[in-house]
Amino acid sequence: MLGAITLLLVYQLLGEVIVLVLALPVPGPVVGMLLLFASLALRRGAEAPLRDTANGLLSHLSLLFVPAGVGVMAHFGRLGDEWLPIAVALVGSTVITIAVTALVMRALLRIRKDET
Amino acid sequence: MTPKLADIWVYLSATPLLGLTMTLLVYQGAYWIYARAGHHPLLNPVALAVAVLVALLAATGTPYATYFDGAQFVHFLLGPATVALAVPLYAQLGKLRTSLMPLAGALLVGAAVAVASAVGIAWLLGASRTTILSIAPKSVTTPIAMGISEKLGGLPSLTAVLVVSTGILGAVLGKYVLDALGVRGHSVRGFAVGIAAHGIGTARAFQVSEEAGAFAGLAMGLNGLVTALLFPLALWLLGLR
Repeated sequence: MLGAITLLLVYQLLGEVIVLVLALPVPGPVVGMLLLFASLALRRGAEAPLRDTANGLLSHLSLLFVPAGVGVMAHFGRLGDEWLPIAVALVGSTVITIAVTALVMRALLRIRKDET
Repeated sequence: MTPKLADIWVYLSATPLLGLTMTLLVYQGAYWIYARAGHHPLLNPVALAVAVLVALLAATGTPYATYFDGAQFVHFLLGPATVALAVPLYAQLGKLRTSLMPLAGALLVGAAVAVASAVGIAWLLGASRTTILSIAPKSVTTPIAMGISEKLGGLPSLTAVLVVSTGILGAVLGKYVLDALGVRGHSVRGFAVGIAAHGIGTARAFQVSEEAGAFAGLAMGLNGLVTALLFPLALWLLGLR
């Protein structure tokens, strides 16, 4: 557990350092995720403690967004003034994005199946 | 001499302990309700928890900054959690390998549509420039979206709120949109929700199945990467930078 948490933080730190040194426009944790993925591929799998810790952290992923969400209280003024464009843009764009992504992926999966 | 209730409040409200504990307690309460309702998408635990916390802070006159002094410890875990996504992702390696082309196609189209549709609708309905810039990266995970928003000249803290709202909407509406379209495969359903609704959509997908969750996590990571890399390029090509 402690080892697994340390490992995750080390990969995040590595990601942050790489982003800083190479001046990448990507956040450090994303680079950290790619590095961990690469090392799992090299070692052919995660050991049980890492698997348990990762799954434990991810099973409460939505909790981690609560503090940023509460930040809504700092923006009530703007949200009140522009509630209509913001609400329609968020709902419309979310529905369109889910629909288009799913349809494109399903169509591409079918094309590939037809070829084989 | 026993301290008065007001004195205890003055002491507690000045330490990070209260904001942190409240976040955990309120979230677990919200999650309990969500679980009791059979994980009904309309009772999203993030939306419930945020509403209760905002009401509590408003009722006690506590500024957001004071609350965040404690809540930042939870917020910080977004980084290690992003790294941890590599683990379920690796578990789907076999499936990943066989559907590389469909995933890449869906990713590029989805990432572009997520930004273009949000900016387009907000602009058509007369949103201010700051709001449009802040809403553009709304489908990518919080830390990436805040970075993009800052570079564009949006308000990073407003972007964080719009990102969380988008995540809640995706987690709530995803099932209905996908059912209406007759999309059944868990990999496709997870991937679409992950592209549109990042970590909150991913959390929801994990509650449906491990496969949906892993593909949602993959989509969230890749969308963050693609948006962070291609967004500056697209702006430059359009001559906006």
